[in-house]
Amino acid sequence: MKAKLDGVLTGVHYMDGDQAACEGALAAGCRYIAGYPITPSTETVERFAQRIPCVGGIFMQMEDEIASSIAIQGAVWGGAKAMTVTSGPGFSLMMEHIGYAIMTETPCVFVDVQRGGPSTGLPTMPSQSDLMQARWGSHGDYDLIALCPNSPQECFDLMICAFNFSERFRIPVMFMMDECIGHMTEKVVIPHPDDIEITPRRYTAKRPQDYLLYGPCDDLVPEMPEIGKGYHFHITGLTHDERGYPDMTVDAQHRLIHRLIHKIKNYKNGIVMVEADDLDNAEVVVLSFGITSRIADRAIIDAKNSGIKTGKIRLKTIWPFPDELVKNVSQKARAIVVPEINAGQIVREVERAATDRCRIISVPHYGGGVHRVETIYDAIIEGAKVE
Amino acid sequence: MSKEKHPLSDYLREDRMPHMWCPGCGIGIAVSAFLNALKQSRYGQDDVVLVSGIGCAGRVAGYVKLDSFHTTHGRAIPFAEGLKAASPKTKVVVFSGEGDLMSIGGNHFIHAGRKNMSITILCVNNLNYAMTGGQVSPTTPAKAITATAPFGSFCQPFNLPFIAEAAGAVYVARWTVFHVRQLQKAILEAIHKKGMSFVEIISPCPTLYERRNQMGTALSRMNFYRENTVIKNGASTKDAVMDLDKPFIVGKFVDDDSKLTYLEAMNEYYDTTFSCDANYHTYTGSKI
Amino acid sequence: MTKEIRISGFGGQGVILTAYIIGKAASLYDGKESSLIQSFGPEARGSSCSAQLIISDEKILYPYIAGTDILVAMSQSALAKFFSEVKKDGVVIYENELVDAKNISTLGIPATRLSEEEFGKSFYSNVIMVGYITAVTGIIKLGSAEEAVRTSVPSHTVENNLKALETGYNFAKNHA
Repeated sequence: MKAKLDGVLTGVHYMDGDQAACEGALAAGCRYIAGYPITPSTETVERFAQRIPCVGGIFMQMEDEIASSIAIQGAVWGGAKAMTVTSGPGFSLMMEHIGYAIMTETPCVFVDVQRGGPSTGLPTMPSQSDLMQARWGSHGDYDLIALCPNSPQECFDLMICAFNFSERFRIPVMFMMDECIGHMTEKVVIPHPDDIEITPRRYTAKRPQDYLLYGPCDDLVPEMPEIGKGYHFHITGLTHDERGYPDMTVDAQHRLIHRLIHKIKNYKNGIVMVEADDLDNAEVVVLSFGITSRIADRAIIDAKNSGIKTGKIRLKTIWPFPDELVKNVSQKARAIVVPEINAGQIVREVERAATDRCRIISVPHYGGGVHRVETIYDAIIEGAKVE
Repeated sequence: MSKEKHPLSDYLREDRMPHMWCPGCGIGIAVSAFLNALKQSRYGQDDVVLVSGIGCAGRVAGYVKLDSFHTTHGRAIPFAEGLKAASPKTKVVVFSGEGDLMSIGGNHFIHAGRKNMSITILCVNNLNYAMTGGQVSPTTPAKAITATAPFGSFCQPFNLPFIAEAAGAVYVARWTVFHVRQLQKAILEAIHKKGMSFVEIISPCPTLYERRNQMGTALSRMNFYRENTVIKNGASTKDAVMDLDKPFIVGKFVDDDSKLTYLEAMNEYYDTTFSCDANYHTYTGSKI
Repeated sequence: MTKEIRISGFGGQGVILTAYIIGKAASLYDGKESSLIQSFGPEARGSSCSAQLIISDEKILYPYIAGTDILVAMSQSALAKFFSEVKKDGVVIYENELVDAKNISTLGIPATRLSEEEFGKSFYSNVIMVGYITAVTGIIKLGSAEEAVRTSVPSHTVENNLKALETGYNFAKNHA
């Protein structure tokens, strides 16, 4: 289906990533945000609070991030598309409710505008150090989708993907921005609603007597019931059977967790989004994401000018991770260089997928700024050396 | 052999019986009072959702034949607020225990009162954390023995009606599960109030609290409720303290829903602010 | 061609809006690329305030400025803090009644006083500065600056802001 006219600010704008993320959410049909103020994410909810009365929705500033992260799920079951927006410390508080959304299959979006950590860390400076937290932060086993934009334009574009994925798979989608992208102002083109494809909620058309709350479709995703329509359904964070009733058995746990993981795993190829250039003959490949990918692009240009065949992988989806692509690259390239604004998180995934087939060079940065171009360039030069 | 129909069978998930509550527990009485009130109310079965947290009372959501949500520990209220905001026509009832609502969820409770979200909160207070084995709860009376206060609790407990009133609840009542009819009437009143309404339901926990404190059986506890409660409608909530083995007051303490609810206040405010804006419409919900 | 611009001053002087208008004019109306980053140092929510703006004919990759082609100092501390970043052939533009920079620059404008004289308040000093920057650097076209002002300020202030833009622009022309 197409986007609704009233939420889409069609035109060419000059806005920052936080604001573009808000416009993306509105275009995607988000009509409910619950949030708690935290730098550097606040601009998103501030814009939403300003825009929403005339779009037809509601913003609620909650007492904390824990409340925000569950209020959005109440809103989703109340019929809205909803998201919450935060940064590191708030994201830490939200972890339990990522698990609740996974377990209850509640489609929603969590935005984390990453800042330096741990703890209060660097409130006003960038970082990419919450990526493992996004993947593994809630207890238990699960799979989910995390997206990582590298410009204000992409904050808009990928936000629509985030909502569409959340509805398609009935999962919480992590939208992993960083302070630099959030506070960066650039040109943002917002298309006409007719050019924005929206995934509708998978409401069931079955009658209550024919309907099973967690009876999955062929793609392992169950249809959702609407409240107040006689389904009298029961939602719980406990391990449950297909009726939604608690079932604390090994068997029920196995069936449920297996399905929750495989509804993502089986469709990984349709989820993973990467930007890949010059991989075929590359001596060195740089794998990066978010703001770091722009610094990497500069280093790649410089390396090419120095005569090194340099390829590029830019992750738009951090999770699921493109194992196959990295594996293929590792069979041909001499080295994969992984710059990231953390102590080395995604490089572990690269190592796992490459399994010693080529050299992996981690280029960590502890946060508060971005890499120097030269640092990444030097790593490319190092990777090009024949051992 | 013909099977007699339970009078509340339309409102109960009978395929989930027997329930998990202990013999002598008061939660079942509280559920009956709620469902009987619901049957008497102006709400149909599809007009109401029930939201619970975690704990013994948190399991209520699993047994009622309503759209029902068993949420995370302490977070039933913010879940309920989000649902109410998205779907204002839905009657949202939170049914949970005092550990869930007043300890881990205590901050949400007072802020729901401040916002005056139109939800009804039914709080079963059994004076201890029951599901985890009887630890100190925010209402455990001083000197009462629990699993984590083996020599008696040395903290003063919360007085829930007092907190509810201070937070801004439009309706505050307390009854025990002995006072079945009054309780049912209070719930019936509470669910028809606009704004945050609150009913505290004092219940025995014979397996843990009463046993540890040598207070006898559930039946003797019911006798205690009969003999040691003073019905005092309109009493100051300050006087609603509960001391160990001392008489305490029950009744309706606050009943005034004249102030604007969150959504009413928002609409009244924005109707004026955006009176000249053609794109603005009074908010009626945000269903897709 | 790439120009790296630093605009800095006190909170409340409209520093960010100054950078926003110039960046928007370049990006939306001059057909160039531009990328603006508000600097949030630990002190940024307090008194001092700064923005980094890059305008280029090419795609902008590295988001921060490496050296400054144009420094706009609306306060003395801004000049002190950022003067060392200015490239050899870079220019320094300053509020010449708030900042003492006479020994290093001739590009001074009393934007605050001009605003007070024309509008009775200092409110428009930032857009006067935009007009002045437009005139002395040619970094954006005047028409684009006008369009960016028109689409960036509250509607009831458009007229005054356009007048302010002209004031700054004319000041440069008259004091060349």
